[in-house]
Amino acid sequence: MAPPSTSLIELPDLRLDDASALLAHDGKSSQPQRDESPTEYLQRVIDSLCELSLKDPLTGLGNRRHFHAALERQIETVARSGESVLLLMLDIDHFKNINDTHGHLAGDHVLRVIAHCLAGCVRPVDTVARYGGEEFAIILPNCRPLFGLALAERIRRTVAGLSVPISPLLSLQATISIGGAYAPEWVRSTTELWIERADNQLYRAKSNGRNQACIDQPQELSVSAEEKGLLFSHLAVDNANPFESGPGNVINRVNA
Amino acid sequence: MNDVLTPPTQNPDAAQVPLKPLGKVLAVTSGKGGVGKTFVSANLAAALAKRGHKVLVLDADLGLANLDVVLNLYPKITLHDVFTGKARLDEAILPAPGGFSVLLAGSGMVEYSRLTSEVRNEFLRVMNSLVPNYDVVILDTGAGISDVVLFAVSLASEVLMVATPEPTSLTDAYATIKVLVGQQQRQVIRVIINQATRPGSGAAITNQLQQVLDRFVVTGLNQPIRLVHLGDIPVDPEVRQAIMRRQLMMQATPGCPAGMALTQLARNLEDSVIPRAA
Ligand SMILES: Nc1ncnc2c1ncn2[C@@H]1O[C@H](COP(=O)(O)OP(=O)(O)OP(=O)(O)O)[C@@H](O)[C@H]1O
Ligand SMILES: [Mg+2]
Repeated sequence: MAPPSTSLIELPDLRLDDASALLAHDGKSSQPQRDESPTEYLQRVIDSLCELSLKDPLTGLGNRRHFHAALERQIETVARSGESVLLLMLDIDHFKNINDTHGHLAGDHVLRVIAHCLAGCVRPVDTVARYGGEEFAIILPNCRPLFGLALAERIRRTVAGLSVPISPLLSLQATISIGGAYAPEWVRSTTELWIERADNQLYRAKSNGRNQACIDQPQELSVSAEEKGLLFSHLAVDNANPFESGPGNVINRVNA
Repeated sequence: MNDVLTPPTQNPDAAQVPLKPLGKVLAVTSGKGGVGKTFVSANLAAALAKRGHKVLVLDADLGLANLDVVLNLYPKITLHDVFTGKARLDEAILPAPGGFSVLLAGSGMVEYSRLTSEVRNEFLRVMNSLVPNYDVVILDTGAGISDVVLFAVSLASEVLMVATPEPTSLTDAYATIKVLVGQQQRQVIRVIINQATRPGSGAAITNQLQQVLDRFVVTGLNQPIRLVHLGDIPVDPEVRQAIMRRQLMMQATPGCPAGMALTQLARNLEDSVIPRAA
């Protein structure tokens, strides 16, 4: 049960109408519940608003703000761990034609269907966001360089295979172009440079005729398991059963 | 392609301010953060100063190397003011405890953490003015490898790679060496094993690193990369003590095990790369 309120803020004094309306519009309960203290209620409102601020209203994907926050986190990880993280920028081909020919509602519908399809193509750890207009972005942590192109290709084919019904009689086919780049491993760089490199590849895919994927392959800088094995072979010998080697053993080894 | 990994010398901007033949510029770097780069930079500077060399240490990660914290110096005028034209270079150089000079970056430099042609040119200009005036310039770099750090390292005549015996630190050191070999065609990298737990382990670790490099890293040059073990520094409680007392270890307790190791490092450098002071 909620303790008696001793706070300085009284709920009725706050103007929460706009916040409530926003949450209600998003299908969330916007009024205080019976068992909720004012603090709990406010926390819930704030949490829901934060969630809302990161979401693209049309597609339900993360928005650009969400994307940038995720990308910042990833580039930090890559610099320190050397993990391979792939960024894909995806753009619907000839989207303007769809809008012009079939109207904006049809265009919005295509965006929603493709967004849903993209979200279904990736793992839960990946981030799919609407970058703006008809452009999407996907961040794929822990994605080996060997698989990058195959993965982008699979996404491209899946989208190309979609049939988007816009009326009982008419379905549309849409294709996407994809550009990708890996974060420079072990190098602390900026998200702007990373996006720029992926964008350059997207541009390449577009100018090569669209409906294709281009990836900026990273320089081979990762440290393989084989390399690590050799690197730490001395540790395996030195530290084997540290608890068994009493002081006598250490002296023996030094003398040996 | 690979903007961040493009060697700076290939950039047309770099040609505008050619670097004069360098005095001894030592870049202290590591890959993994927190292994003791700043501790080594500052205390090695003091050890060299004590042996009669004129030394300057520079925060070469433009504010991210935390040199100010280790030296307990928070000056009004910093490299940031020099870069932005608000101050002259000589106004930003301070005497540090330990008998050497220091050039700090100041917090405003974080906006320079991206290597633009402006940053590159300013950096070169500063280095060109510094090098003729010192026997040794030590570049303290920050955690991770950034394009700024890579550029700074490319200006150094010697790379001192600091690592601890931990697997994560060794992996990072190895990855950094690979970047340097691939990008800058370095032929010699000097290895310092810090926080060594048993005597002699540093030479074995360096040897191991060399074997992995020989096996997996093809330099494409006639000369393969060579690692030279410069020395070990033991774990020493005096190091933390000095930081707590806001003193430089080399000044407070130069006779402690870590202090003696640093003096030995300075001697080893004299034997290999720095001419003995007159
Ligand atoms: N030989 C040593 N014995 C004991 N403690 C040590 C030793 N060397 C370093 N340390 C401790 O490790 C900590 C990190 O050192 P330092 O700040 O020099 O690392 P760094 O590599 O410069 O870090 P960053 O990457 O964040 O710039 C220091 O607080 C210091 O007390
Ligand atoms: Mg440091």
